[in-house]
Amino acid sequence: MTDDAPAIHLRLMSQPRLLASVRSMVVALSERIGFGEIESGHVALAVDEALANIIRHGYEQREYETIEIDVWVLSDPKPGIRIIIEDEAPQIEPNEIRGRDLENVQPGGLGVHIMREVMNTCSFEKRENKGMRVIMEKLLEENAAGSPSPSSEQEVPGNG
Amino acid sequence: MPQEVPPQAANKKSQETDNDIMSTNQDLPIQIDAIKDGVVIRPTGDIDLSRAPSLRTQIAEVFKSTPMRVIIDLNEVPYMDSSGVATLVEGMQIASRGGSKFILLGLQERVRSIFEIARLDTVFTITIDLEAAERF
Repeated sequence: MTDDAPAIHLRLMSQPRLLASVRSMVVALSERIGFGEIESGHVALAVDEALANIIRHGYEQREYETIEIDVWVLSDPKPGIRIIIEDEAPQIEPNEIRGRDLENVQPGGLGVHIMREVMNTCSFEKRENKGMRVIMEKLLEENAAGSPSPSSEQEVPGNG
Repeated sequence: MPQEVPPQAANKKSQETDNDIMSTNQDLPIQIDAIKDGVVIRPTGDIDLSRAPSLRTQIAEVFKSTPMRVIIDLNEVPYMDSSGVATLVEGMQIASRGGSKFILLGLQERVRSIFEIARLDTVFTITIDLEAAERF
């Protein structure tokens, strides 16, 4: 695998029932890269939150819109994963995308905060013509690199 | 005032639609058990955007009988996203308004992690077993 081309390209409909399958794929790939059980779950969580935001806010629950996911397996300077998710939803200013104040406990508004918390980088941008793009990266920490995942033989999240 | 849940409202299992993968929102298998002063809600499986509405519906239903104590047993929930967390925040708020206790039980490590990220691990009452949840 190289850093140049995405290792995986997925095109899916904006349907909540598809999220579990995407999570399973992300967890499996993250574990192959060397992320541990919790970290792999966090990568899947970030992807899940990004997709949920697109479905709920971008497409307003319309189920037959398009979402594209590209996943890169990184090796330089460190092993890691880069995920780019693109939609065709109405564009908004990237600096307006932010989570709620965590001190103000209320339902909702956590997705963006979670994405930024569990990934090393997470940024939003407008696509050239229409839609939005989210770019996320997570790199393997030194002490985790090459270590087999303790969960590699366990059930992965997303299939429940 | 909170009161004991009538037996007919408890010990029931929500309609399961595991095979109904073409439905818009996939129902979450949920068992509801009566305890002395309330109910235990036991969902099984991932709680995400697709399945959180099932849990929201069940929690709202349970609160109609104004239980003194609602325990959400998450022992069989391996994954939860912010949709699930939002549903539980709603439940906690309903409980607070009605004077009920709202307790989370048996969070798996992955699920506990999202509560910590959202800094909600100190907002909810979280216990490790039912005995502790019933005492709280």
